[in-house]
Amino acid sequence: MSEPIRVYALSTCIHCKRAKEFLDQCGVEYTPVHLDWMTGQERTDALTEMKQHNPAQSFPTILIGNTVIVGFKKEEIEKALGREPSAS
Amino acid sequence: MTPEQLCETLRKIQEPKGYFFNKDKEMVLELMASLLANKERHGYMVCPCRLASGDRDQDKDIICPCVYREPDVKEYGSCYCGLYVSQDWNEERIPHEYVPERRAPA
Repeated sequence: MSEPIRVYALSTCIHCKRAKEFLDQCGVEYTPVHLDWMTGQERTDALTEMKQHNPAQSFPTILIGNTVIVGFKKEEIEKALGREPSAS
Repeated sequence: MTPEQLCETLRKIQEPKGYFFNKDKEMVLELMASLLANKERHGYMVCPCRLASGDRDQDKDIICPCVYREPDVKEYGSCYCGLYVSQDWNEERIPHEYVPERRAPA
């Protein structure tokens, strides 16, 4: 059973897009949480949840199990997934 | 306006100021499309990598080019979202580091 992955993202953010593409390439399942598509209480709740992991409120904020990765950092994602770093 | 047209319009304004588009053209055009999407959505071109409040006054510091571009390009050679970079950055004379968010959280 692999660890749950959540990606707090913006639909317009290039780093978020690249991070999601990379997770797709890794063949892992994840839940994207697009805050710019949300309004009202749903957005407030998602932002509060994200701030607990990344007080800077920057995107993407990626949760892989208990590991928090701020920004699209390929090596950190691979490490959190327990994979060997790929050649970049 | 198309992403290509926006790109050319901004290039003429920003390059003389020493701010160059990232050499990754595909990325630049995606960011142009995002800026146009934000203009459609909010009425102004807010940074695609930041969460807009929808209130122009609250978002004025993150309307592209954001007020953080100058210190970010000075320190890292790239702005936060990677759209604008220095010539040194594009020519790989300086390392391409992750640019942390400089804006204070709300």
